[in-house]
Amino acid sequence: MGNYSLFSIVREGLRGNTGWTPAWRDPDPKPSYDAVIIGGGGHGLATAYYLAKLHGMKNIAVVEKGWIGGGNSGRNTTIIRSNYLYDASAAIYEHALQLWEGLSQELNYNIMMSHRGVLNLAHDDNEARQLKRRVEANRLNGVDAEYLGPKEIKEFCPILNTSPDIRYPVIGATLQRRGGTNRHDAVCWGYARAADALGVDIIQNCEVTEILTERGAVTGVRTSRGDIRTEKVASVTAGHTSVIAGMVGVRLPIESHPLQALVSEPLKPINPCVVMSNAVHVYCSQSDKGELVIGAGIDGHTSYTQRGSLDIIEHQMAAIIELFPIFSRLRMMRQWGGIVDVCPDASPIISKTEVGGFYVNGGWGTGGWKATPGSGHAFADLVANDTPNAIAAPFTLERFVTGDLVAEHGAAAVAH
Amino acid sequence: MFVITCPYCGERDQSEFAHAGEAHISRPTESETMTDAEWAEFLFMRDNTKGIHAERWIHAAGCRRFFNALRNTATDRFLAFYKIGEKPPEIDDVVPATPCGETVGSGNDAVKVERPPEAGR
Repeated sequence: MGNYSLFSIVREGLRGNTGWTPAWRDPDPKPSYDAVIIGGGGHGLATAYYLAKLHGMKNIAVVEKGWIGGGNSGRNTTIIRSNYLYDASAAIYEHALQLWEGLSQELNYNIMMSHRGVLNLAHDDNEARQLKRRVEANRLNGVDAEYLGPKEIKEFCPILNTSPDIRYPVIGATLQRRGGTNRHDAVCWGYARAADALGVDIIQNCEVTEILTERGAVTGVRTSRGDIRTEKVASVTAGHTSVIAGMVGVRLPIESHPLQALVSEPLKPINPCVVMSNAVHVYCSQSDKGELVIGAGIDGHTSYTQRGSLDIIEHQMAAIIELFPIFSRLRMMRQWGGIVDVCPDASPIISKTEVGGFYVNGGWGTGGWKATPGSGHAFADLVANDTPNAIAAPFTLERFVTGDLVAEHGAAAVAH
Repeated sequence: MFVITCPYCGERDQSEFAHAGEAHISRPTESETMTDAEWAEFLFMRDNTKGIHAERWIHAAGCRRFFNALRNTATDRFLAFYKIGEKPPEIDDVVPATPCGETVGSGNDAVKVERPPEAGR
């Protein structure tokens, strides 16, 4: 596998594209590894990549029950931002955003990162006050943030309905210009390719059915493709974190809910940014293919079915038409649901557990995608060194006992 | 979308109801002697079962009463509805599953092969 470059594209173009090789190997599981990462999504592959690159652990495997990027990585709305309220959250999401900014170059893979700006709308005075507070908090943490009035919003996103006559008028918004969207598959493929080049085994169609322990410490995993010995197991299985942790008897403060999104028929470029509204409950951006990608809140009930309820779609459509009357006759092409594991404080868990060698990265709730590189970076550090670094420290499991919660419901942009 | 049977009002659309979390978690009576870890267990830790799950619902737009339900969270099939204070009925939900035991109807269906139904809960 060579580097992708203008030269290689021209060379392969002249050779009839016969010289490309697979971007990563398809190895069978070895009998033992130094570490096994369960879950081949963005976070898991990023963890593997940073473990290999920064911590010198070359003998590691990522095991994935389906195909890489086939779970929540393929089911999100690809929105990137870091405008969280609290210092702990700002630290990890901003860390991620800074990594996103250079990721295409670092991985030698075009992740189609587009810093088109994210608007978070305010519809009443209380929300406007909270958003202004968040802008100040962001600036103190070095996160770019602006507060816009209706006129400036209209200039930034002309198709947004800023009339004062609608049921929930748009009275202001925060803008993070460095926020935006990227291409979810490309991120997974780019991380997989880069990790593979560093010697990481990416094993697909390999489901972990059991985690083997001895005297309170991990000794290996049992999979649908045989047993693998290892002293470190890192779970990065969003949606199913409770199921994996249950294999070693670890209880977590997590409930799994469906979160759904839908996509419209493709349009010419019309929506220049990402628009999110916490109050009327919709978020919308336009993909490079031209489809509007529209998300909503979680379903109230817990479930593992990867389906959403119709009443959420109805709610979401009502909100989108109020904010964007121009979309009223748009046809929706497809809808899907993913399972998000939600923590009581709407913040993730990056933690070791009472079982030696068993690490958990999960509970990202409704906003895991934007954190992918930062999450992998911090989690790799924890798995390699067995102690959380400064960024991961506020997100350990201890916070639920000490009460030192990172209550980010307001900045999560989705009602829980 | 669910059709939910309120034990007081009968069958209604899901939009009349709100989910109220895991059932049968009782508030501790001797809270003054509890450790922080015990509080964390009561407040935050949940089974989050994949399979037959006992949960509370409230008929928010109806009689406004709480009741319990058994639902298979891997298939979203409701198995029973019962009043608060009653014991959950013994129910075996026979679900086809994959060779490694994961139930069909969730997750990655492409890797799933049905095996003959045998196991219950």
